[in-house]
Amino acid sequence: MGAQLRVYRQKIRSAQTTKKITRAMELIAASRIQKALQRVAASAPYARAVTRAVSAVATHSNVSHVLTTEPENLRRAAVVVFTSDRGLAGAFNANVLRASEELTALLTSQGKEVVHYVVGRRGISYFNFRKRTPERTWTGDTDTPGFETAREIGDEVVARFVQSTDEGGVDEIHVVYNRFVSMLTQEPEVVRLLPLEVVEGVDEPGAEIFPLYEFEPEPEQVLDALLPVYIQSRIFNALLQSAASKQAATQKAMKAASDNADKLIRDYTRLANNARQAEITQQISEIVGGADALGSAK
Amino acid sequence: MALNVAVVSAERELWSGEATQVVARTTEGEIGVLSGHEPILAVLAPGESRVTALDGSVVTARVEDGFLSVQGDTVTIVAGTAELV
Repeated sequence: MGAQLRVYRQKIRSAQTTKKITRAMELIAASRIQKALQRVAASAPYARAVTRAVSAVATHSNVSHVLTTEPENLRRAAVVVFTSDRGLAGAFNANVLRASEELTALLTSQGKEVVHYVVGRRGISYFNFRKRTPERTWTGDTDTPGFETAREIGDEVVARFVQSTDEGGVDEIHVVYNRFVSMLTQEPEVVRLLPLEVVEGVDEPGAEIFPLYEFEPEPEQVLDALLPVYIQSRIFNALLQSAASKQAATQKAMKAASDNADKLIRDYTRLANNARQAEITQQISEIVGGADALGSAK
Repeated sequence: MALNVAVVSAERELWSGEATQVVARTTEGEIGVLSGHEPILAVLAPGESRVTALDGSVVTARVEDGFLSVQGDTVTIVAGTAELV
């Protein structure tokens, strides 16, 4: 067998092995998307209840709470970036990191100092590579995030928010995560969590009118207890959305890789066939040439 | 008339259905809710909440933190971490 042919056969084998791996990863991701989406759906009643309660307190009491009032001048902002622990997910991490860089640039141009909180190993290595130190990082829980992680992150940022700016506290909290739109689309989403933007006086048609609630103990304390919970639930939702998006992005990337491997295999098979045929043609012409030479030598 | 009760934790809805009575432990003490209760939003203390379902069975949920919201005949026990006992 010719050297050329051997090289092509080797390349075909290597592409086939790669394809087996990417195909398996594609199938695994596909089955995990469903689970991740179920978790998003399962957490919806909680998020709805918390949001309703917060709106009820915020609209029906004239409490000016530290978490809802906007300070005069904002000097420092925190950005929480949700990335994944593992790569091989196409532009998943790149997208969310780019969105966070854009947000950082915007906040800096407004004269604010930006501190970062990073979830996921990919984000951390991005920051390390650029010799920047995130304020705090979380890893190991991005595939199937638990509420405990959300609580930790929530408590950390709320504590930082309550601190005064002179002592290193922050005036704003933003989150950047991949929102799951569909199996094919995941969009980076930038949301400002704090201070809360309470929309007042907008009566949408069909919007629910909150009754006059009785608060126990006092509206202030209820809001005190409720707002960190609200932040936690928003962060939990971001974690879940990000996890579902990661699986969808992985599936898409692995499907592209499998298709690509298919194409490589086809192309190399063509080339290998060509090489084999060329070899045969050469052998025939050698034989014919040899026979001719023998015949004319008589 | 029956109460419409839902017990939800951050990860999922633990229980929902119709009930005659809900007893929960708030930071101020125990509170019982029957049909026709005024709208209330109360912060829960760690403890057990009991829901008496329509058929008379009692569902008990151990709640770590959270709040209780009553609006009309809809009662929601919302807890970060909770489990049915």
